Amino acid sequence: MSLNPSVHAPDERDLKGVFVAGQFLRSFGIALSASAALLPGLALAAAGHPEPGEIGMQDSVTPIADSIHVFHNGILLWTAILVSLLVLVLLAIIVLRFNARANPTPAKFTHNTLIEVVWTALPVIVLVIIAIPSFAILTDQLTMPDGQRKYLGENIFSFGSVEVPAPAITVKVTGSQWYWTYEYVDQGKSFDSNILSEESRLAQVPVQPRLLAVDNMLIVPVDATVRVQVTGADVIHAFAVPSFGIIADAVPGRLNETWFNARKEGVYYGQCRELCGKDHAFMPIAVRVVSADAFAAWMKALQAGSVADANATLPPVSAEPSA
Amino acid sequence: MANTHALDAHDAHADHAHEHHAHPTGWRRYVYSTNHKDIGTMYLVFALIAGVIGALLSGMMRLELQEPGIQIFHGLASIVYGYGAGDAAAALDAGKHMYNVFTTAHALIMIFFMVMPAMIGGYANWFVPLMIGAPDMAFPRMNNISFWLLPPAFLLLILSMFFEGPSGAHGVGGGWTIYPPLSTSGQPGPAMDFAILSLHLAGASSILGAINFITTIFNMRAPGMTLHKMPLFPWSILVTAFLLLLSLPVLAGGITMLLTDRNFGTTFFAPEGGGDPVLFQHLFWFFGHPEVYILILPGFGIVSHIVSTFSKKPVFGYMAMVYAMVAIGGVGFIVWAHHMYTTGLSLNVQRYFVAATMVIAVPTGVKIFSWIATMWGGSITFRTPMLWAMGFIFLFTVGGVTGVVLANAGADRALHDTYYVVAHFHYVLSLGAVFAIFAAWYYWYPKMFGIMYNETLANIHFWITFVGVNIVFFPQHFLGLAGMPRRYIDYPDAYAFWNRVSSVGYYITFAGLLLFLFILFQSARRRIKAPANPWGEGATTLEWTLSSPPQFHQFETLPRIDSKSDH
Repeated sequence: MSLNPSVHAPDERDLKGVFVAGQFLRSFGIALSASAALLPGLALAAAGHPEPGEIGMQDSVTPIADSIHVFHNGILLWTAILVSLLVLVLLAIIVLRFNARANPTPAKFTHNTLIEVVWTALPVIVLVIIAIPSFAILTDQLTMPDGQRKYLGENIFSFGSVEVPAPAITVKVTGSQWYWTYEYVDQGKSFDSNILSEESRLAQVPVQPRLLAVDNMLIVPVDATVRVQVTGADVIHAFAVPSFGIIADAVPGRLNETWFNARKEGVYYGQCRELCGKDHAFMPIAVRVVSADAFAAWMKALQAGSVADANATLPPVSAEPSA
Repeated sequence: MANTHALDAHDAHADHAHEHHAHPTGWRRYVYSTNHKDIGTMYLVFALIAGVIGALLSGMMRLELQEPGIQIFHGLASIVYGYGAGDAAAALDAGKHMYNVFTTAHALIMIFFMVMPAMIGGYANWFVPLMIGAPDMAFPRMNNISFWLLPPAFLLLILSMFFEGPSGAHGVGGGWTIYPPLSTSGQPGPAMDFAILSLHLAGASSILGAINFITTIFNMRAPGMTLHKMPLFPWSILVTAFLLLLSLPVLAGGITMLLTDRNFGTTFFAPEGGGDPVLFQHLFWFFGHPEVYILILPGFGIVSHIVSTFSKKPVFGYMAMVYAMVAIGGVGFIVWAHHMYTTGLSLNVQRYFVAATMVIAVPTGVKIFSWIATMWGGSITFRTPMLWAMGFIFLFTVGGVTGVVLANAGADRALHDTYYVVAHFHYVLSLGAVFAIFAAWYYWYPKMFGIMYNETLANIHFWITFVGVNIVFFPQHFLGLAGMPRRYIDYPDAYAFWNRVSSVGYYITFAGLLLFLFILFQSARRRIKAPANPWGEGATTLEWTLSSPPQFHQFETLPRIDSKSDH
């Protein structure tokens, strides 16, 4: 297996140096987070799982997902809406003013250099404004924390202010047809995670969401950075957890790397995101973020016995998700 | 006197021979056809049949997704593959695989057997020679084989659905992207080999067609028609043909390697033999990204003509329109890995593909604004083709802006392989390319078949389809943002609401399709004669100078293009 170089050494923070109007953009960025919060989609959203009728992203619990949310809800979505509305309004004006009845004699012009330059240059400027946070967020996502480097979090036009510790644990995730295997690399312990059958799911209290419930969740401590190494055993799968803002393909023969640092305890669901055969829709991902103490106790039990023993040390999943 | 008689007799004989040669009748007229208009018509009929089949496949998918849980596919698998009542578990497994077979077949059929045959084989065959003032295509017999490779290719794809794919199940369920190892060790049965052979044939057909168009456009333009005087539709086909010619061989190479990996023990894409599954993705998308521009570029040309015709104004910014298409085609070759942001590309590679991909928004914006400027100041009649063209402009814009969203690898992390992507590419294809196909159909139908259609019904067809497709695909943005992955037969219950809305939209769209078939039927029954130019002064391209339908061979005397005339 070749270690894929997708996650870079932290000294590669070159891009941040390009920023010229840091202070102005920073205040712009704060305004963006506010505008993002106004969007209706977020009012419905929940962390860790989709809500019925949801129209926005699942709530964020990591600095990376924070950046994605502000970037999408604050810039990309508004750009998309405004450009679409601009075209719609222009078409409406055309229908009203330039129909054959209102304007019987067509104009003859075929060129206008000024306006052509404007509508070429303006999109370029908009794209550059989009590109600045886009590149910074991309760099954040692919740079493994070392404890020194600061991350953007919600302030995507800043030079980074969110501290993220170096990875505390490394989990190797292997996708197989059709389940996940989680290996705690440093502790040398691994177990499989399968979808719960309907009988066992409904027998549990509280009941977890259909198609998202698994027998053995991936357990990680809160506020700790988790290095996730992803590979595939048979065909390509993809390990994705929306509330963490992460996705990595599980490619046989490769070891892809990503990371997350969850700030809130709870259960965060994901699903396989690369077509992998008939049960593609039936190999969910569930990550349970617990307190450091609970994690230590769980890990101790895992190392002493089985994953069932370890899971017995945890209280039942709290009654939040019902969808 | 004798001489004259002899000449007369000679002429009569020559005419008779000419007639016999030029007007074959019955099945020979089509099977042996070397006439670009007949071949174009065959392509259009083929695309129509394939399109209805592709639409029915997606209908089964929307029916399944209307409610959470698995409702119909296990039953469908029982019917098609004959699982007994005692075999519920086997039928369920077969049904799950069958759903993947349907998504795969829907994509392949719509791309290779509906949009491409309609746009390139159909409209371009018909109207590139007419618009550049040529009597026919450069290689008429090659044109024949281009078409006749398609039905066997389609047959192979349909056959693949009845052969073993993964052990114990039927058909290719690997998605149209057929990524290995799911398409190699994941589906060892012969179904995948049938599909690969189908793509080979369809690809060969397209490459031959592309060579034909490039040669025709470069060499057979009427005297006086320089490239910079050529109408935009032939221009769009010229760019499309180059994309086909340069990208399809890469696909052919990729799927040949897939074939040898499957059957002859090579390991191009198998890590256990030193190969790399991601290599296939690079090869596939090096073809696949130009391919999506191949699907939409002819639509750009069509919409330009329609917008200009019904505004009674020349196209605004002709040169910018031409070179925007050339730029989109060129840049389209160097953005392929934006489909692969999650495969483990390095940071710098992802940065490059983000930047290159966003560049495409600029020439695309130029086209959108130029269409608007063409209409601006016009004296517009909102006939049926114009409605479809304006629908195209708006819906393509919506699909374009979500493309800008997805171009950002940082944001794609949240949206990759979700329904957001499904919504995006259906806005540019199902609502973009397909609207362009219908626009062209209603624009050129009188010219091609010499009869009119009922315009009131055709307008209703537009409005039903416009409302329907938006209800199908707009909610899929919400599903994707909320995290619903694509290619799922079943989904967590939270996604139920927008899935149901989307399915209702399908039924509306399908009603539109039935109305379209009725419009064809009614038009063929009534046979209301179409004038040579039903659209008035705005229709300035050469095809409107001919009768409707044009004579079997047109431009036996080549038209001369005035050096001062507009494009």
